Amino acid sequence: MEEIKGIAAIGAGLSAVGAGIGIGLIGGKALEAMARQPEHSGMIQTNMFITAALVEGVALFGCVIALMQAA
Amino acid sequence: MLKIKLKTLFLVLIFSSAFFTELKAEHTDTSDLTEAYDPKPMIMHHVLNSHEWHLFDYKDNEGKSHPVSIPLPIILFTEGSIDVFLSSDFKHGQVAVKKGNRTYTLDEHGHINEASGASIIDVSITKNVASMLISVLLLLLLLKSTAKGYKRNKYAPKRIQAFLEPLILFVRDDIIKANIGPKYERYTSFLLTAFFFILINNYMGLLPGAANVTGNISVTLVLAMFTFAITTFSGNKNYWKHIFNPPTPLLLMPIMVPIEIFGVFTKPFALMIRLFANITAGHITILSLISLIFMVQSQSGNGAAFGVAPLSVLFVLFIMFIELLVAFLQAYIFTLLSAVFIGLAVAEDH
Repeated sequence: MEEIKGIAAIGAGLSAVGAGIGIGLIGGKALEAMARQPEHSGMIQTNMFITAALVEGVALFGCVIALMQAA
Repeated sequence: MLKIKLKTLFLVLIFSSAFFTELKAEHTDTSDLTEAYDPKPMIMHHVLNSHEWHLFDYKDNEGKSHPVSIPLPIILFTEGSIDVFLSSDFKHGQVAVKKGNRTYTLDEHGHINEASGASIIDVSITKNVASMLISVLLLLLLLKSTAKGYKRNKYAPKRIQAFLEPLILFVRDDIIKANIGPKYERYTSFLLTAFFFILINNYMGLLPGAANVTGNISVTLVLAMFTFAITTFSGNKNYWKHIFNPPTPLLLMPIMVPIEIFGVFTKPFALMIRLFANITAGHITILSLISLIFMVQSQSGNGAAFGVAPLSVLFVLFIMFIELLVAFLQAYIFTLLSAVFIGLAVAEDH
């Protein structure tokens, strides 16, 4: 049983890697776009937050499954 | 007088924690398994629902800890009879309660079982229900006084109206009107209610001693089911045509139609999981960082725990700031995605 909890923790960590890469890409592209067109910074920032929340939602699916295995 | 700058003091405390591992006054040489502090029961207790509102524990003179909690009413329907009593009758799960010919026991997961195995419909006022009632009162207070301002103030809005009205207009213009289009007025009441309900409950969950309402999957399930019901019942012919007869080549239809039908259910499901996981993960992170201090204490003694404490508290402060942002962001995302789904359902043919 302890092995499954350890593997669940590895699964949660992997989903965190996915979230990190996804949100990092989003943030990078958003910053690039804001540097190209500073007058649209507000709109770009809003869309960046929305997309980041969607990507984080998917990563948290993995966390929820890991939590269910661990508890 | 020695003038120690705050920054220097912090750095000294943090770096000296490495040396405090030598001070092990109470640490005996028994195995770690019996002594290590396990944070899981404390974290689970804070994150889950319960029949009483636990406030804090206090230790009496002999070192035994007594919990202090507000008992909440338990309302049970068992095979045709209603039983109402306070959860303090259970004495924290140690005593069985007899009502008529029924005997109720509280198990360690907080479930109520009847001795003869009869099926119980449990509609008690639990911690989450009481917290939701408080948040509903708060919402009514705030929003009613905002609405009253329309009758009274003919010029610039004052007080609570000046604070809430830009938020309400932001939700209406940028979320509802932008995504639903011309027929948006029918859905403003649900979407604004969802936004403020999730926002207020997210913020209330961050206070000490609070109930974890939006981090409870039943609450987010009901919110997502509202969105599902509204999109399904206001879907027009165009919407169903796109699901059962999408404009794709014939060879792709066997793939697209099941995906579209599946998508009708996964979109509210994702709404539910997103809100639940974000809020619960935030609470668990904060609680784990605080229990880090006690885990270090059980491993290396009080000195190391005092060294870790400033680090831990700083991290918790940082995570709390992020949680403030996440609370608003999750309410915004839920409302935005519900508006997008409703907009897809009522969209006219291009």
